[in-house]
Order: sequence, then structure tokens, then C-alpha cells
Amino acid sequence: MLTIDQLSLQLPLYASWWKRDWATCLDEFSLTVFPGEVHAVVGASGAGKSLLAYAIMGLLPTPARLNGQLYYQGKPLNASRQRQLRGRELALIPQSLSALDPLVRTQRQVTWAAQRAGQPSAHAWHASQQALDHYQLDARAQQAYAHELSGGMARRVLTAMAHVSQAKLVIADEPSVGLDPHQRQRVLDALRELANQGKSVILITHHLRHALPIADRVTIMRDGKLVETAPACAFQDSGASLTNAYSQALWLALPDNAFATTAISRREQEAHVA
Amino acid sequence: MSQAQPRLRAAFSLGVTALLVMGLVASQWLLGDSPQQMQFDARLAPPSVDHWLGTDALGRELWARTLAGLALSFWVGCLAALLSTLIALSLAAIATLSARLDALVSLLIDTLLSVPHLILLMLIAFALGGGTQAVIIAVAVTHWPSLARVLRAELWQLRQAPYVRISRALGKSRWFVLHGHLLPHLIPHCLVGALLLFPHAILHEAALTFLGFGLSPSQPAIGVLLADAMRYLSGGYWWLGVFPGLGLLLMVLGFERLSSHLRRAL
Amino acid sequence: MRLIAPIAKRVARLALVLTCVALVSYGLMMASPIDPVDAYLGPQMAQVSPEQRALIAQRWGFDESVAVQFGHWLRQLVSGDLGWSHVYNQPVSEVIAQRFQRSIALLGSAWLISALVGFSLGVVAGAKEGSKLDNIISTYAFITASTPAFWLAILAVLLFSVTLGWTPTCCAGPAGALNQEVTLATRLHHLLLPVATLALLGIASITLHTRTRMLELMRSDVATHAFAQGASRLDVAWRHGLRHASVPAITLAFASLGELFGGSILIEQVFAYPGLGQATVAAGLRSDVPLLLGIALFTALFVSVGNMIADSLYGVIDPRIKASGL
Repeated sequence: MLTIDQLSLQLPLYASWWKRDWATCLDEFSLTVFPGEVHAVVGASGAGKSLLAYAIMGLLPTPARLNGQLYYQGKPLNASRQRQLRGRELALIPQSLSALDPLVRTQRQVTWAAQRAGQPSAHAWHASQQALDHYQLDARAQQAYAHELSGGMARRVLTAMAHVSQAKLVIADEPSVGLDPHQRQRVLDALRELANQGKSVILITHHLRHALPIADRVTIMRDGKLVETAPACAFQDSGASLTNAYSQALWLALPDNAFATTAISRREQEAHVA
Repeated sequence: MSQAQPRLRAAFSLGVTALLVMGLVASQWLLGDSPQQMQFDARLAPPSVDHWLGTDALGRELWARTLAGLALSFWVGCLAALLSTLIALSLAAIATLSARLDALVSLLIDTLLSVPHLILLMLIAFALGGGTQAVIIAVAVTHWPSLARVLRAELWQLRQAPYVRISRALGKSRWFVLHGHLLPHLIPHCLVGALLLFPHAILHEAALTFLGFGLSPSQPAIGVLLADAMRYLSGGYWWLGVFPGLGLLLMVLGFERLSSHLRRAL
Repeated sequence: MRLIAPIAKRVARLALVLTCVALVSYGLMMASPIDPVDAYLGPQMAQVSPEQRALIAQRWGFDESVAVQFGHWLRQLVSGDLGWSHVYNQPVSEVIAQRFQRSIALLGSAWLISALVGFSLGVVAGAKEGSKLDNIISTYAFITASTPAFWLAILAVLLFSVTLGWTPTCCAGPAGALNQEVTLATRLHHLLLPVATLALLGIASITLHTRTRMLELMRSDVATHAFAQGASRLDVAWRHGLRHASVPAITLAFASLGELFGGSILIEQVFAYPGLGQATVAAGLRSDVPLLLGIALFTALFVSVGNMIADSLYGVIDPRIKASGL
């Protein structure tokens, strides 16, 4: 479905009064996502996960240096194709709940998403209704403004907006942040269900534990670099089948594994905490 | 150009403005009394090689008078903006002392903001009997409310800030808190605030003078020059009306640019 | 019911502010070094004996203490009497009413034009950030925001009235013509240039403000999300931008009534347009204290009501504030 080949990204950084440096945010990062799978991308804050999402969507801030190739369904995914496919084939469930327009009622926003995906307006209203019903958002929530929604409801509205576009590749950026276990489960289940319909889901999170139950494969990222891509089932017991020390340590440091930190060097601990 | 460093641009425009201001001040020294010198054989002369920007009805050189007017505006604007910032800072500080004082200051702000600036300026200039001092005081007294609002909000926020409360609880003196914690936050605000006030101060000074409430008609102020030009408009003496205003516009524009660059850099 | 309490609070505040305005402006008038009898007499100053001066002072109460005079003035004010204007030899309330009628045509049309045009230009510039159109609009707004109002008016007179002869140089109608004889077309012809000048100046602030709001929105999470849905810049500007920028623009339009009035004083002076602004200047220059006080109070009322509307609009339009009941 989507192949990322040696993607490097640099963003400008003002080092001093005169000089502009480039900070490397993604470093020769490669990844392949198949149809029908949930592919989790796990890494600490600042590992470049969100930027990866923006790079795939073509929504990076303007002074950015991008190298490497993206392929979508076998064909190169360049800026013009990204523009064409955005909202139709590619959908993003953003990290921040402030992505919902505070001045527009829920259902109208979902309808706009459907219209932007190319559906005729008469149909879009109906489709949005269906999508909202599907995510158990009742009539009150449909007529509500963003500030009247709970975190879980807002998250489901964002998911509904991705769903209504019928995109084949859905990128979910930290969808489980700030939700209680019950709500989190609902949101993650919804993503799994999208994959079960044959779509590809890229699940970006810093919670390895949340991702594992629904993910097929897991990619560990660190400082913009690929650490390891492994099937989700590799993360069990002592993680012996994981090839990289960092991903092993990450797995072993989970609460269920008794916070074992012996395997991590001091520097890596800091990196993880940070 | 748009890729350039914001701080670099700010430094550049600061340099250029400083140079121009220095030139303006130096020109006053070099000009001496030529803005007032009359040439009886060259009255209302149009712009030419001999009379760069033309002459007025008394045969005085317009370029010299415009330069003198700009310098006058600059000094009046400087003093007024400085005074205004001081008023804003002290009233913002007073407002943070107690809830009652705060209510009083915000009532004062509301009162001043509810009268159109120009009318308030006229009232104050009238009360002080006109003249340079009156203009400076009037402009200073009318322009502080917006800055005071910003500073007041900032001070309230700072007082609630954990590090300030901890510093107090640790028994640091009031002076230490003010000097160590509050001032470093307030000074950039004051600086930008004063710079933002400056162009407004100049424009209002010129307007007040133009209407006849400001600087005395014997001074070569821009407002005086333009009020003078009004009498010769229909006679086709266009240079009298165009150049002094153009000079004022360029000066205000320069300072607006400087302050917008500085705001972006800070 | 929920609406009544905040409105009552606002009106009470308005009354308080107006009282303060009265107090402050009266104090300023009393502080003036200009002798009220001289001001009353004007050029006839020299023709009057000391006895006559004393009589005048007695008749108008100039000889009483400031507190007594203020009390007297306040009592008159409450009963609706603003005093007597010696410049126009008419009650102050009549002068203001007549003059304001003429000014409102100038103010109202300039206000409407600057709000509408300023908002549209701001939306376009903000939506197309960095484009040639944006550069032109921003530069225009930046320059006019720094332009002295009266100078722009002088330039307009020079160009359109003196050089091209398209518009009259002065007044609200032909010199010498009686008010009733002037046709609507003539009136509009005389109004054209002052309105255009005033509007041209008013556009700048609303354009810059709206543009900033649009830029903020275009960089916000809302816009990024819309772009991710495949929206074009135009789509984002139209669907999200207009909503986000309109409330601040309307608010600014109401809040800038004072600025507009200040501009109208200068422009009426240049065009010799006999409105309230010109009366203000005349009252100030000829020390007509009652008229000056009356105008200060009247404009304060005008501006305060504008500010009040601006404050209330947020609560009416923005759903976030509506919900919290502010």
C-alpha cells in the first residue's frame, strides 16, 4: 500500500544571529505498510513520529528539506499526487483535539470532510450521519460544538471524519492520549475495525503497550531513525526475538515486565524518559 | 529576504533608523536658523534646483522647514512616548497592589478610552493652555492605557507564577523579587510598548498642531506647515501640502517597521 | 432572563464611566488658564469695562467656586440642559444635534465602507499569504495605517478638487445656498471625497487585523486538519476563515468608533465640512466650554456604546462564550 524509502527530513533551526542550521528530524527512514494491517509506529516524544505523518500527507511546514521516496500503491507519491489523494485516499486523524473547528457543529464538520473527499453535498450529509451513528455519537453530540464534547467523543468525531472519507490509508496520530481505558479501547477498536475492512492503518503512539493488542506489526523509532520493525507477536516474554537492544529494553521496561531497566544504558534511559 | 533571520532584520532596521535619526538631529545643528530665513525675491517658488522643495509665502525654504519639523516631531514623540510608558508602568504597578486600586485604575482606563483620542487631546491641551509642554503632556496622558492593560495583565500573571511565590515564601526582599523576577519580564514589554506608542504620538502631535491646539504657529512643526499649506491649496501651490506630510509619513513608516521587526525578534 | 443581569451591569458601568468623563473633562476645563470672561467676549474683549466684566461673570456664574459651578452644571446636565454655546449662540444640545446629523452621513458611510472593504481585503490577503495580491494589500494597509489623516485629505483636495476639478473643495453644499435648496445629488457630491478619505484610512486597521486572524487560522490545527482532508486554501478560507475572522472584525469595527470620530474631526477641518468635528475645533479654539464639554460627553457616549456592543457581540456570536454565560 505505502512504501517509505530512505526518507530524510531536515527543518531549519536558528542557531545564532546569522546562521541557519538544519536539524535532522527523520534520518533515512524506511517503512512498508500493507493493506489490512495496523502498523504501529512507536517512539519517545521528539522521535519524529508526527513529522513522519505530515511527510506522508505532504503537510510539512514550508522551509523543509525532504529527501528519499514515497510510494503509494506502487507509484511515486509526490507533492501533486499528495494534493490529489489527500482526504480521498489518505486520511489523517490528528493528534490535537484543537483540530476540530470550535465554531462549527460536529455534523457539519463531518459533512465537510465527506464533501472534501469528493462526495456530492446531498450524499455527504447522509454519509456523515451514518459515520457519526457508527461511532455511537448521538443526536446531541452531532449538534454540539467541540468544547461541549468529551475527549473520547471528540476523538471519535475525528475518527468519523477519517472514516467518512473512505480513505484507504489512515494515519492515526496519538489517538489514545488523554483517554480513560474504556474510551481508549473504543477508539483503538475502531482503528482495528478499519484495518479489518481492508484499509491500512498507521498508528502513531508512544505507548507500546496500547498499540500491541491491535497492531499487526510494530516499528520502533528513535531520534528520527528506524530502530526495528517487528511483528507484534515478537513482543512477548523476554522479547528474545527482537534484534535490537533498544526495542528489547523498551519492551522490558513496561510495567507488566517489572520495569526491568538493567538492559538499558544510562543514556538510553534518559532518552526514553525524555 | 523572507528567509532572513528575524533578529538580523531587527538589528538592520534598528541600525538604519538610528542612522536616519542621527542625521536628522545633526541636520538641525547644521541648519541653524535657515528654516526661518526669509527670501523676499523667492516667495512661493516651486521646487527647483535652487529651492529643492520650493518655498513658502514668506520665501522660506520648505526642505529646511520640513527637516526642522521632523526633528521637532521626533523630540516631542520621544518625550511623550517615554512619559507615557512611565505612566503605564507605574499605574500597572499600582493596580497590582490591591483589588480596590486595580478597580480604580481600570475605571480610569475605561474613562480615557471612551473619549475619542483627539477630543481628549484637545481638552488636555486646552487645560494646559497650549504650547510644546502641553502637547507632550497631552499626548503622554492619552496614550498609556493600552500599554498599561498589557503590563497589568503581565504583572498579575507574574505575581501568581510559582517561582515568584516561592521566592517570596523563601523570604526574599520585595526589591529582590522586583529586580530579579519582575523587571526582566516587563522591560521588553515596555520597550516594544514605547516603540509602538511613538508613531501614534507623532501623528497625534501633528494632528493637534494642525488643528491649532498644539505647538505654536511660530515653530516650524509639520502640523503648522500643513495648516499653512491649507490656505494656499486652491492656488495650486501643491508643494506646500505634499512634502511636509510625505516626510512625516516616511518617518512614521520607518518607526512602524522598526517596531514590527523588533516585536518579531523579541 | 439570563441576559438581563449582564446588560444591567454593562449599563451601570456605562453610567459610571460617563460620570467619570464628566468629572475629568470638567476638571480639565476649570484648570485652563484661559479666562472664561475673555473667552465669552472673544474679540470684543477690549471694548468692555471692568464693571461689565463683573456683570458677565455674575450672569454666567464664573465668579463662584469650582465646586459650586460643577454642581450647577451637573444639575443642569441631569435635567437634560447642556448649557449655552456662545460661539453658535444656540443651546449646546441643538448645536450637537444639527451637526451630528451632518456628521453621521460622513461617519456612517465611511464606517460601513471601511468595515466591509477592510474585512474582504484582510480575508483575501490572509488566505493568499505571500502572494502578490497579499503583498499589495499588506503594503497598502501598512502605509495607510501610518498616514496622517489630514495629510491624506489635503492630497485628496489637491488631486481631485484643485487639479482635476471633479469634486468641490469645501463644505456640505454650494456656498451661500440655503439648506433646503441643496439637492441630494449635490450633497452626495460634496460628501464623496471626505467619505472616501475617511474610509481609506479606516480600511487599514481592519484589513491588518483580519489578515493577522486569517494567518493565525491558516497555521492552526484546524487548517492543517482541513488540508489533510484535501481542502484547498480557498475552501479553508471560506469555510473556517470567514467564521474565525468575522467576529474580531465586527468587534474591531465597533471598538474603533473613537478613532473614526477623531479622523472625522481632521477631515471635516480640511474639507470645511460643517459637522460635529468642525464644531469641536471651533469650540476648542474659541474656548466655548459648555459646547466642548457637551461634545466630549456626547462622543464618550457614542464610543462607549460602540465598545459595549463590541463586548457583547462576542457573547452573542461565539458559541464558546455563549455557553459559559459571560
